[in-house]
Amino acid sequence: MSERIIEFRDALREAMSQEMRRDPRVFLLGEEVAEYDGAYKVSRGMLEEFGPRRIIDTPISESGFAGLAIGAAMLGLRPIVEFMSWSFSLVAADPILNNAPKMLYMSGGQFGCPIVIRGNDGAGGQLGSTHSWCVEGMFSNVPGLKMAIPAFPDDAKGMLATAIRDDDPVFFLESERLLAMKGHVPEGDYYVPFGKAVVRRPGTDVTLVSFGRPVHFCLDAAEELAKEGISCEVIDGRTIRPLDIDTIVKSVKKTNGCVVVDQSWSFGSPGSEVAAQVHAHCFDDLDNHVMRVHSADVPSPYAANLEQEYLPNARRIAEAVRSALYVA
Amino acid sequence: MPITNALTTEIHRVSILDEHGQFDAKLGEDLIPNNDLIKLYEEMSLCRKLDEIAFKLQRSGRMGTYPQNMGQEANSLGAAYVLNQDDWLVTCYRENCGLFHRGLPPEKILLHWMGDERGNNIDPKLCITPIAVPIGTQMLHATGLAWASKYRGEKRIACTFFGDGATSEGDFHEAMNFAANLDIPVVFFCQNNHWAISVPGRIQCSAPTVAQRAIAYGMDTIQCDGNDIFAVVYCMRKAVELAREHGRPFFIEGVTYRLGDHTTADDARRYRDEEEVELWRQRDPIIRVRNYMKQLGIWDDSKEAALMEQVEAETAAIVKRAESIEAPDSDDFFNAMYAEIPPDLDLQRRTRRTSSIGQDPSQIERPQTSSR
Repeated sequence: MSERIIEFRDALREAMSQEMRRDPRVFLLGEEVAEYDGAYKVSRGMLEEFGPRRIIDTPISESGFAGLAIGAAMLGLRPIVEFMSWSFSLVAADPILNNAPKMLYMSGGQFGCPIVIRGNDGAGGQLGSTHSWCVEGMFSNVPGLKMAIPAFPDDAKGMLATAIRDDDPVFFLESERLLAMKGHVPEGDYYVPFGKAVVRRPGTDVTLVSFGRPVHFCLDAAEELAKEGISCEVIDGRTIRPLDIDTIVKSVKKTNGCVVVDQSWSFGSPGSEVAAQVHAHCFDDLDNHVMRVHSADVPSPYAANLEQEYLPNARRIAEAVRSALYVA
Repeated sequence: MPITNALTTEIHRVSILDEHGQFDAKLGEDLIPNNDLIKLYEEMSLCRKLDEIAFKLQRSGRMGTYPQNMGQEANSLGAAYVLNQDDWLVTCYRENCGLFHRGLPPEKILLHWMGDERGNNIDPKLCITPIAVPIGTQMLHATGLAWASKYRGEKRIACTFFGDGATSEGDFHEAMNFAANLDIPVVFFCQNNHWAISVPGRIQCSAPTVAQRAIAYGMDTIQCDGNDIFAVVYCMRKAVELAREHGRPFFIEGVTYRLGDHTTADDARRYRDEEEVELWRQRDPIIRVRNYMKQLGIWDDSKEAALMEQVEAETAAIVKRAESIEAPDSDDFFNAMYAEIPPDLDLQRRTRRTSSIGQDPSQIERPQTSSR
């Protein structure tokens, strides 16, 4: 295991660069990805190495470059589309939802769509409600796509490399708040398989399940709760589609309690799906119903204090855990 | 500073064989050899007949909603005639004639509109994309396909079709801008049939031509009589040369008319004047070729009668082939979802239940397959 420590954003770039060196079909396009190194500097230096043929600055035209990438994927190329923010994917809803995930189905199995769509997802940067969309609730509802949401730098590399090699459309959600996070990231080829959740902290009293940045909120809450004698097992789901329900069920059967933490709105969300599946699989094992902690049911606030309160933060998670365990 | 002229431009309109039988010998000379002309005429006749039959199939409950192609055959046919066999044909749903010319088995079109995804599973060698029913999305795919061909160093180009209504969509503008800025060899072919369902062209676009929209993107553009196969072929040759030799996009506005309803779910008599439709019936792309061939002495009534007989038999055989294909198995709807079926979907497939989450699949009896 490498002891090398790099930033989350560098891990993302390393995955893209390594795959591009390996496979000439892979290219990156999006707004500001070339000359400007990406709005969040994820593609820093890639233009220099791969040239403008493979690192492509596009007009401000999300539907345009998403649709173009789908056409290129139909011909067997492997586009990586960067949305500066997943918030901007809303103007490209038709290509990314109505075309990419159903291309294989609607062509009777002829045209696959091996496309990776990646970018910043979620609130926390005080960007205001139109730029803080958390799209996993809306988009994970659509069959035919895969959805990956890394929480740590090594996963950022391993999951993005897996996404690029995948034959299906992958929605890859990155939190801008995590891009500067540092961690051990293996050098060379490194792949994290989809549909394999990981236990980030073992525990015995309750299972916390989360995806992406809120995994860190769960770890913070677990640390706090440990001081009160409550032992939390924290599961990082890693991919929302496919969902590794087996790892979650195994944990809940051990702890007999479950709190799901999800930064999307609660109605029809990954959190509600996990809760429903845990209820179905673990009905006789649960000491309480599954609790859920989501973002508040309002647009993401602009004000810093309100935005922190809006998110499923450690305090709210700890409250939910106490409630799940009947601790007053 | 004085006010100067920043741009003067013009839109050329090409007409070679008009509805009165006038033929421009200078433009039309050697454009389509007589043997080819006969073949193109026969293809349009078959397409027209199949269109009539499809309408009847829908009315008798043997097919779903169907968009008739009647009156617009020359556009896609002329385009497919000029394109190479490995150029991409990226169509919407009024390009049957061009698709048949390329080699698409006609029963595939019927199968599609009968509600079977396998109608869109087309032999990859034909370089045809699935029929695109959302308006305008296919223009971006064509741009991507052509861009990918360029990326791979191939000389292939893409030709995409869409209606006048689609030119109001954002995707149209984004595709045009991309193709022009990134030097992508796409031929954008607008079939201006005057009606976006019930909305007439004058309400969709204030400009006198659709073709001029291309100028704003720095793209070469031309308007042609889309009911004149000669004019379509002439314009396509220009477009294909520019795209293949110079890697540039090109825009063609084929002025045509939707003689039928928008689809079988529509009744155009509610919003269109019969006089207008009658005027366009006189401009039918098939009739004018027939008259011209008679003028040339290469066609006569007995040949026409023989053709009609042949078309009758052929379309009956096409319908028979389409209807003889077995209904898909309910396994099929899971099989083309992912390159490899994920475990949760596999559970649904094995148990034939979408609500089985949490249940032990071994305890669920698999119901018998039910066909439609």
